[in-house]
Amino acid sequence: MIDSYFWLLSLLDSTLRLATPLLLAALAGFYSERAGVVDIGLEGKMLMAAFAAAATAAATGSAGLGLLAAIGASLALALLHGFACITHRGNQVVSGVALNIVAMGLTAVLGNAWFEMGGRTPNLPASARFGELTLPLAETLHGIPVLGSLYYELISGHNILVYLALVLVPVTAWIAYRTRFGLRLRAVGENPAAVDTAGISVPALRYQAVLIAGLLCGIAGAYLSTAQGAGFQTNMTAGKGYLALAALILGKWKPVPTLLACLLFAAADALQTRLQGVVMPGLGEVPVQLIEALPYLLTVLLLAGFVGKAIPPKASGRPYVKER
Amino acid sequence: MSAGTGSDNLPWWATAVLLPVINVVLALIVSALVILAIGENPLGAMWTMVQGALGTSEGLGYTLYYATSLIFTALAVAVAFHGGLFNIGGEGQAYLGGLGVGLVCLAVGNMPWYLVLPLSVLGGAAFGALWGAIPGYLQAYRGSHIVITTIMFNFIASSLMVYLMVNVLIRPGQMSPESAPFDKATFLPLVQDMAAAIGIQMNPSPLNFSLFLALAACVLVWAFIWHTRWGFALRTVGANENAARYAGIDPKKVIILAMALSGALAGLLGVNEIHGVQHRLLLNFPAGMGFTGIAVALMGRNHPAGIVPAAILFGMLYQGGTELIFDYPSISRELVVVIQGVVILFAGALEHMFRPALIRLFTPKPAGVSR
Repeated sequence: MIDSYFWLLSLLDSTLRLATPLLLAALAGFYSERAGVVDIGLEGKMLMAAFAAAATAAATGSAGLGLLAAIGASLALALLHGFACITHRGNQVVSGVALNIVAMGLTAVLGNAWFEMGGRTPNLPASARFGELTLPLAETLHGIPVLGSLYYELISGHNILVYLALVLVPVTAWIAYRTRFGLRLRAVGENPAAVDTAGISVPALRYQAVLIAGLLCGIAGAYLSTAQGAGFQTNMTAGKGYLALAALILGKWKPVPTLLACLLFAAADALQTRLQGVVMPGLGEVPVQLIEALPYLLTVLLLAGFVGKAIPPKASGRPYVKER
Repeated sequence: MSAGTGSDNLPWWATAVLLPVINVVLALIVSALVILAIGENPLGAMWTMVQGALGTSEGLGYTLYYATSLIFTALAVAVAFHGGLFNIGGEGQAYLGGLGVGLVCLAVGNMPWYLVLPLSVLGGAAFGALWGAIPGYLQAYRGSHIVITTIMFNFIASSLMVYLMVNVLIRPGQMSPESAPFDKATFLPLVQDMAAAIGIQMNPSPLNFSLFLALAACVLVWAFIWHTRWGFALRTVGANENAARYAGIDPKKVIILAMALSGALAGLLGVNEIHGVQHRLLLNFPAGMGFTGIAVALMGRNHPAGIVPAAILFGMLYQGGTELIFDYPSISRELVVVIQGVVILFAGALEHMFRPALIRLFTPKPAGVSR
């Protein structure tokens, strides 16, 4: 009993760790897509940011500078996306794909040239990473049965970015549904012509949304290489950007459901490593590949309306052309 | 999504030749800057790439072998494009297509290759078509967005293939997830052997009979899109779905057909890779060619006549990139990936930036107007 309790705690603990980059990227997608700009490029921005963070942290020994570099790199790609899609009204999906491919190539080329480790960056010492925070009283309360270990194992002992990501969910919900900016943001994704008629600049709003997405992807990337990991590896996002996009869809483009979708996907991921080779009574060995593919299958089924219905923002993917 | 010629008064060669050339030159300038940033000589590096890709019969063979795969995946993107669909699922469709090809080749035993080829083409096309048609169906009848569904299908294909290779198709008593090898009789002839038969000496390369299949596919796709009723329906739906509906075309059927055909073409990559070269089923053989197909199609303006040179150019980049690392150890072959991404950016996402500039350049200024 005690054993399975701790097994569950450790499962939830890894779920939280694995959900963080998904959540940050999915929230990035939230801002961009609610403003009507499809963001396939979450993956590329995260990858670029992860590389910038690890490279900077390796050179300076500071995780904070790494985070700044990550945000800078991600913002640069976001600006490029905005330039192509908002200023030049290019195809948003094509632009996103282009950014992903550029990021994949550029991180590998630069990493290989600068560090000569086959595309990896040097292993970061603990001082150059975001360390785990022990929340107040965690040690003291550790002895209390059940709740004490819950607090100690699950709630305490994460790095600052995990807590930041979790805090950003209510913050995002508040911004989107309780502020003037949020109202305009959602309006520009549903009916940009109406926003334009009200005398508010559609491009300016969309640029802001795209840049917020860049900022959040930057944090997500830094988390991957300087908090969760200790250095950059070639293609280390490994589809997390697309998974975040799937979580956003599963969460129907709303902050709290998106958080739940991220947790679900992360739990599947955490479970998959633990179920490797485990034989379930009556079921035989669980194919890990099935669990791995589950998030994608769920997204397909949901989008097709077989499990609920996800309706994207009305103007998403469509460049806005001002009437003359 | 505009696919092909515009309605402005640009001469045809400006659209068909000048724009793609500008895109390539810009992409090469960007990659030259990357090489400079690394601290190497861009001109020297590019010369090494060109030499590696075209300088020897072996290099040329590899270039055309890569181009063969790219022609298939680019035609796949192009067919979907003409129907107004952006198929990012070429990678997954090619993966599944390869499975179809492999299953056929494993099943036929020691049948001679010329009898196996039609079957393996069918197998690859059928599996690829299925993997393309499902997202097509979901878009047409259930309203899911094709881009998201095809991305998801890439991941599902990857998981499915790992499952099949590790648990089902693995050769017993072997550690690495690979199937039993095919019978030697089924191997597609290599171009070097065909050349030797007519007295031309070529160094060994994986270039095989699939090249001719790819060229035939180009002709068939061209004929299909511009010279059949179905191709007309496809282009009409791509240009204006409502107009198509008023003309009595059922856009839903056309979307499924376009995606099936697109998937089938991507699936033929398996003929080149699995039937032509690997001679067994294994993991990750599409190796990003499905994504590179997007760049090739965009550069080739979604026309077979443009796709062939664009595929050869990217084949050169792939092959030249492998040569590059011998002379310039600090440059890795992912430089090709950067170039590919920049081409998609310039030729795809930023197409509206260059076109108006060209139009201004080509439009004669009205007489008598002065500032």
